[in-house]
Amino acid sequence: MTQKLLEIDNLEVHFTTRRGVVRAVRGVSLSVGKGETLGLVGESGSGKSVTSQAAMGLVHIPGEIVGGDIRWKGQSLLGPEGHPLSRRIRGREMAMIFQDAMTSLNPLFTCGQQITEVLRYHRKMNKAQAQARALELFELVGISAPLERLNQYPFEMSGGMRQRGMIAMALACEPELLIADEPTTALDVTIQAQILELLQDLQKRLDLSIIMITHDLGVVAGLCDRVAVMYGGQIVEEASADEIFSHPAHPYTMGLLRSTPRIDGKDDRMVSIAGSPPDLLQAQQGCAFASRCPSRKAECSRDVQLKEMASRQVACRFPFSGPWSRDFKERTDHIGTR
Amino acid sequence: MGRILLLRSWHGLIVIMGVTIVVFVVTRMIGDPVDIMLPLEATAEQRAAFEHQLGLDRPILVQFFDYVWSLAQFDLGDSLWQNRPALEIILERLPLTLYLCFSAIAVAVLVAVPMGVIAALKPGGIIDKITVLLSLGALSVPQFWLGLLFIMVFAVQLGWLPAGGAASFKHLILPALTLAIPTMTRLVMVVRSQMMDELNAQYVKTAEAKGMPLFRIVGLHAMRNCAVPVMTLTAWEFIRILSGYTVVVETVFAWPGLGLIALQAIERQDLVLLQAIVFVIAVIVVVFNLAVDIIYKVIDPRIKLD
Ligand SMILES: Nc1ncnc2c1ncn2[C@@H]1O[C@H](COP(=O)(O)OP(=O)(O)O)[C@@H](O)[C@H]1O
Ligand SMILES: [Mg+2]
Repeated sequence: MTQKLLEIDNLEVHFTTRRGVVRAVRGVSLSVGKGETLGLVGESGSGKSVTSQAAMGLVHIPGEIVGGDIRWKGQSLLGPEGHPLSRRIRGREMAMIFQDAMTSLNPLFTCGQQITEVLRYHRKMNKAQAQARALELFELVGISAPLERLNQYPFEMSGGMRQRGMIAMALACEPELLIADEPTTALDVTIQAQILELLQDLQKRLDLSIIMITHDLGVVAGLCDRVAVMYGGQIVEEASADEIFSHPAHPYTMGLLRSTPRIDGKDDRMVSIAGSPPDLLQAQQGCAFASRCPSRKAECSRDVQLKEMASRQVACRFPFSGPWSRDFKERTDHIGTR
Repeated sequence: MGRILLLRSWHGLIVIMGVTIVVFVVTRMIGDPVDIMLPLEATAEQRAAFEHQLGLDRPILVQFFDYVWSLAQFDLGDSLWQNRPALEIILERLPLTLYLCFSAIAVAVLVAVPMGVIAALKPGGIIDKITVLLSLGALSVPQFWLGLLFIMVFAVQLGWLPAGGAASFKHLILPALTLAIPTMTRLVMVVRSQMMDELNAQYVKTAEAKGMPLFRIVGLHAMRNCAVPVMTLTAWEFIRILSGYTVVVETVFAWPGLGLIALQAIERQDLVLLQAIVFVIAVIVVVFNLAVDIIYKVIDPRIKLD
């Protein structure tokens, strides 16, 4: 198999708040191989961002990693020996882009300044070298009139261009893994498709590994090799993208699929999942999804573990088997393909 | 940029004209210089002659236009008390006052900014708590009382520093600190809360994700975003010091600056000198604000000057 880049092992993250301890991430295990694209999907509040920020070493007070391990090419990033390594990797080997490029860029520095600082700090380039490389990166991510853009401030650019700028910045040091936290959520549909296409293209050209975080399964289709579905701080199902779309096993995955709108707007029977996500202040008993699950049974009040099932992992006692809708894949297939 | 500057200068000129009118009216209301200048037993004829000499017997509007016309020629009139051009007196005293004001502001900024930033790095931490406590404590002390306390302790009891005058750098320390401390406490609170907000901003997460060092993230990325509100308060404090607090503090420390002379001008009902002082301060404030506006634009490209 491919070399494992990032491995997250039984990760637990807590936030100490005035209302109590928020158990945001509850024993998440994930791994991404070289050149692989992993989708991390789930409703908002399910702990996707916290999990990925923990991997980047960006969880600070009031948050704390209280259990588990995070490894980069086999070496732990936690603990006293891990921290220097984490600092060395961050922004070089592992990079991250965020949802809203407007707030994610510093409003008072030009896009050029914000890219070149990365190159000058990590690569020790001089001003001219960094400028030249920034120009190259802007061209790589398809920014029109790249030379002028370098001297523009974020507020002078469109949403799509800003996100391309963010991507260029993340790719500055040729990272091996790019974590994209809802990179298209703030964009309108056409721009969204362009950005996804760009990521797919970059993934192929640079042999990049990507963790694509989204609450929208439509974004995952066509881009990801594997998909992990998160619910209430846990992974409830993990399988290849094909399997997730054709044979969802967990009732929550099924619910997500059914609530994903068709990107062409020709919507037939879009059903949202009734109920609300679990309260992360409470310790969990039994299956976290049970209260919202249409196929809940008495046994669901007992704890349930992520279990190997054929070629996938599912945390459900009564998983679905068999295809659910033949045409879903076709519906979402055109995203990210030419 | 040039056009905008011109526009701003025009606005400044309007402000100065407004101030001129107000000062002219107010100084004519606070007292009659003739009462002060002439002995009590002066006859009505003597009073009338003196009024005529000062031009006070003319219609008020004529006096006003005469005043404005002189101003346009940089003639601020002759001091009634010292019998020499008011501008001459002001130019003698102004450098001392500016020296005191800038020293006070510099001390306030140099202490408040690092202190506020360090407090913001760990909200609710021990340094943060001490900072807030100190600021609140110092804020509730009246300035003249602070000045008197300093004199009692450092000049009278310990004898380390002179109690008054402006002969040396040593003389500067106590009045500058007295002016700086209240400003410092207000500034610390603003730097602290502003920095806390900025450190929670998403662009800080981005800078961290890019692997930038903490020093750069706080000192450059977040600091520049704090700069406009912090500068706004600093400028406001400077103006308050220059046009208000110096009167008290210069009096307490016998610092022979503009504030002290302003108080003496009021005591002697020297309305020409007082008028001139207020006018000069107004001009300084307007020019200062103009400079601050330009610096804003340099810090934050989103700010539109017009
Ligand atoms: N700074 C924080 N303080 C307190 N709780 C937080 C903080 N950040 C995240 N959380 C908690 O962690 C949970 C998961 O958040 P997040 O990972 O952002 O969800 P997602 O990205 O899946 O939408 C949220 O429900 C929130 O309550
Ligand atoms: Mg999120």
